[in-house]
Amino acid sequence: MAHDNHNLAIFRGALKFKSNQSKIWGVFVLLSIITVIEVAFGIIRPEFLTENTFLAMRLLNWVFIILTIVKAYYITWDFMHMRDEKSGLRRAVVWTAIFLIAYLVLILLIEGDYIFEVYKENFIKFDF
Amino acid sequence: MEATVVETGTEGKDWGGGSQPLKASYGKMMMWFFIVSDALTFSGFLASYGFSRFKFIDSWPIADEVFTHFPFLHGVEAPMYYVAFMTFILIFSSVTMVLAVDAGHKMQQNKVIIYMFLTIIGGFIFVGSQAWEWSTFIKGEFGAVETKGGKILQFLDTEGERVAIADFAASIPDERQYQSENEGIWYESGTTQTTFNFEEVKAGFLANDNLLVRTQYLNEHGEPTVLSREESVAKIMNDGKLVVEGANLHHNEYGPPLFADFFFFITGFHGFHVFSGVIINCIIFFNVIIGTYERRGSYEMVEKVGLYWHFVDLVWVFVFTFFYLV
Repeated sequence: MAHDNHNLAIFRGALKFKSNQSKIWGVFVLLSIITVIEVAFGIIRPEFLTENTFLAMRLLNWVFIILTIVKAYYITWDFMHMRDEKSGLRRAVVWTAIFLIAYLVLILLIEGDYIFEVYKENFIKFDF
Repeated sequence: MEATVVETGTEGKDWGGGSQPLKASYGKMMMWFFIVSDALTFSGFLASYGFSRFKFIDSWPIADEVFTHFPFLHGVEAPMYYVAFMTFILIFSSVTMVLAVDAGHKMQQNKVIIYMFLTIIGGFIFVGSQAWEWSTFIKGEFGAVETKGGKILQFLDTEGERVAIADFAASIPDERQYQSENEGIWYESGTTQTTFNFEEVKAGFLANDNLLVRTQYLNEHGEPTVLSREESVAKIMNDGKLVVEGANLHHNEYGPPLFADFFFFITGFHGFHVFSGVIINCIIFFNVIIGTYERRGSYEMVEKVGLYWHFVDLVWVFVFTFFYLV
């Protein structure tokens, strides 16, 4: 039978729950707050975040992506009990996925941007 | 009901078999590896969405302007509130699922039943919401004109508010003859007609001086470019080709057809996962009711189906970000 004793601390131990159930509700509150922040940003779209860019992407989009990854972390770690699994299983699942996805996204986005430039600059890139 | 284990005489040794170095049962581990492969499938879809979006970075529709509807609030502009609601439904059904798993660990059959039931209800609400979202998207709102090059032209009044083609299109008497299958020997059904044809929209546009055209190309503020009246007339006269109402796989009044294709494909694939998750949840739910896991002495099946259900939630978190927010 699986682990009956759950790891009840989140935020690197800064917040420790008394029971597994209260941890579940705590994580639910956390995920809800993050979702509300995302939706609020999506509706307000603060000018400071939409006008400035980092690595060819608006700051606002970076905020969304980082918040999404935070949400994904807590869903995987607490709802799917990754926090309680052996590190071997955790690494086999998480590292494999993260590495392959990061690689695929990187090459596809660079390629997409390149094709955009080719369309926009009227094939000038072949003209050197 | 443990899997059959053949005695090898090397039990207790590290490489003797029968030991669980990852401290997870076969079924649970395989569920994890299935989730990894499914996650790669979904990220393939989302990455190709990103590829197409980067390819058309200057003409991609703004999600805030596409998904503005909320059920029973007709005409009220409510960007994203409905998807936010769907996200909450899915997160909440994840919570009830993990509570069911927790109750299963403690062998509390009745609690597992209640929480599984709530999870299934949440799943049904989500699938229903997605069906509503699809039908709103397919039906469209304002209508648009597609150019010869397949670009979309939308209509605005001088205040910058969107105008539906139904509000200004002229009515030109229809010369089409409609026939049905019993009227001829050889019959082929025609294509679906839009409510107004291009000539009617063109005539109505020329008759109303306060109408402007908006192209799908974004200006430096990330907003679609609005043409002046002269440019608008020239654009409609020279490039306009057909009327688009709503979205399908070939035409899309919101922007590039690729946007609709990806929307249907990715949210459809995700919705299919939710649907199959609900079915699997139902099977496990009935097994809990008839006491299968009580007799087995372990509610691990609830945990395995829980993993799948949380994964569906996890995917939605990413779909929500990349389709509706970014």
